[in-house]
Amino acid sequence: MLTLEELVCERDGRELFAPVSIDVRAGDYVELTGANGAGKSTLLRTLAGLHSRYSGAFDSVDCLFQGHRLGLDGLLTPLENFAWFLGFEGRDADRERFLDALQRTGVLNKAYQPCSEMSAGQQRRVAMARWLLSSRSLWLLDEPLTALDASAQQVMAKIIVEHCQAGGAVVCATHSELPVAQKRLLKLEATQRTPDGSVHSGYRDFAKVQDE
Amino acid sequence: MLSASLKRLWHKLGSPRWFFALTESWVKVAGWSALVLLVWGTIWGLGFAPADYQQGNSFRIMYVHVPAAMLAQSLYIGMGVAGFIGLVWRMKLTDVAISACLPLGMVITALALFSGSVWGRPTWGSWWEWDGRTVSTLVLFFLYVGIYALREAIADQELRARASALIAMVGTINIPIIKYSVEWWNTLHQPASFGLTQKPAMPSEMWLPLLVMVLGFYAFAGFIVLVRMRTEILNREMGARWVRDWVQVRSER
Amino acid sequence: MSSLLRREWQVALRAKGAIINPVAFLLLSTTLFVIAAPDTVSSDAAAGILWTLVLLTQLLALDAMYRRDFDSGVLEQTLVSAQVPFVAVLTRIFMQWLSTGFIMVAVGPVLGILLGLPAEATPAIALAMLLGTPALSLLGSIGASVTVGFSRGGVILALLVMPLFLPTLIFGAGLVAAAEAGSSVMPQVYALSLISLVALAIAPFATLAGLKISLEMQ
Repeated sequence: MLTLEELVCERDGRELFAPVSIDVRAGDYVELTGANGAGKSTLLRTLAGLHSRYSGAFDSVDCLFQGHRLGLDGLLTPLENFAWFLGFEGRDADRERFLDALQRTGVLNKAYQPCSEMSAGQQRRVAMARWLLSSRSLWLLDEPLTALDASAQQVMAKIIVEHCQAGGAVVCATHSELPVAQKRLLKLEATQRTPDGSVHSGYRDFAKVQDE
Repeated sequence: MLSASLKRLWHKLGSPRWFFALTESWVKVAGWSALVLLVWGTIWGLGFAPADYQQGNSFRIMYVHVPAAMLAQSLYIGMGVAGFIGLVWRMKLTDVAISACLPLGMVITALALFSGSVWGRPTWGSWWEWDGRTVSTLVLFFLYVGIYALREAIADQELRARASALIAMVGTINIPIIKYSVEWWNTLHQPASFGLTQKPAMPSEMWLPLLVMVLGFYAFAGFIVLVRMRTEILNREMGARWVRDWVQVRSER
Repeated sequence: MSSLLRREWQVALRAKGAIINPVAFLLLSTTLFVIAAPDTVSSDAAAGILWTLVLLTQLLALDAMYRRDFDSGVLEQTLVSAQVPFVAVLTRIFMQWLSTGFIMVAVGPVLGILLGLPAEATPAIALAMLLGTPALSLLGSIGASVTVGFSRGGVILALLVMPLFLPTLIFGAGLVAAAEAGSSVMPQVYALSLISLVALAIAPFATLAGLKISLEMQ
């Protein structure tokens, strides 16, 4: 579904981390961790096609991307936002499905309100509902837990697990771990230059870490 | 066979190190020929060319104004071409070229405007006339300023390069359109005056020094651009081995 | 494509200020002009003043062309999810033109009357606006795409875009002046149309490239 071959993202001419090679298959949940500035967002944006400065190669199917900015038009209601978004996937608006998705993430009562009138957490729940409606199997999520309370985080974990079990794959950049049982941890370490000019960088790939 | 070696040359040209080595001699050639041509042209044009029967001696500013105006436009188009090459073939050197041409282009355009104004004063009695050539040169100046402002606003080098290349290309495509429309405007609004744009039949004693000056200006531009590009390459490739070696060799001399 | 248009339409209905404010600005600046230089009314300068003010209004409106979608992440989503982002760009430019340029076909003549242009020139003004404003929206879109990420992008946008506006200004004002004088407007019609066509050929590609650059700066 997603293959990285010696992929290194670059910014200002610098390589951000060590070359990453990884194969993400259907059913995989990959958690991307690392300190601030290690390049998690940049890596996800590269995979989504938003960042073009990199060396190495990657190959992926069409993905669903959730960035720091939610990608919701504040003037539109969730239903209208969904209709617009699904247009990209060539699918028609289906109000029943939309409402179901909103109910799942707990913001059904906001279905007919413009998104700008909601709190940050509520908007995030709307964005989450959108994931349920997409037909794309690869999800790239950048810090999706931001502004979410504990119950919403639980809902998110469930949604992610269901998606993986249904044959999708998720790559999620996050500071705090998601309560997902089977995960693959990919830790990025920022490239550092020591005073004598040598370079130290790395990433660590913990395959299939099981939570107790 | 020829196409293969041309391709190799093309790829090599994209390498900063190779470009640097190649242009070491070019700089000297450009610099010396610029000096010779400019001195020769200036003395010839200012001193020995026959006085114009209409304008007297003041027309001689043409020997500065015309080459400057031509060069100003050429440098911008050069940036546009460099931008195109950079975007299509992803050559990083093209951004070095753009950064080298930009300040020179702005100065030369300002020189063209200033010399045009100086020329206009004794000829028409005013320091500034909105004729076709002046307006075109002024717009060219704004095109330069636009790219300059854009570069100042973008911190990341590669993004800055892409944005500059894009805008330089768009500007270059628009230059003929702008020139044509300004000319059209000029014929409407300015009664037929002795235009700087007119090319009266000039005797060869008059335009030969002009030719020399034009060549001198272009050689000078080549010199400046090459020097700036080489400096910028050293700057950007500071960490590379070959730069350190080159600096060491130089400092030992 | 229809979902794209539908969203643009929904936004336009809810953010009417985006359409009304530029028009208000235009009328306001015309008033300033007339008060400051009353002799320009009904003068030969009126056609030029009309066009210059329309141009400046376009500049103001261009600044916000992509900003909302850029800040909200909608632009990002479009470039990631759309099969053909080019179509999305075209749609946005079209809507921008519809709301700020095409509207000048109606507002322009009104302004003409305010500036003392003869009533017979009214159709010429409308025609000039119709043929000239697409170029403004298209070329302006290029500048807007590259500057959308800047915090004070408005000035740089103006610097980048005004030289490109010049040909449209020349022939647009020329068309109105020719109509006033009673001579043929066909040369200006051809010129304006040609400029708009060239703009149509280069602007969508350049805009897409510019948007990609801006998104990468985020």
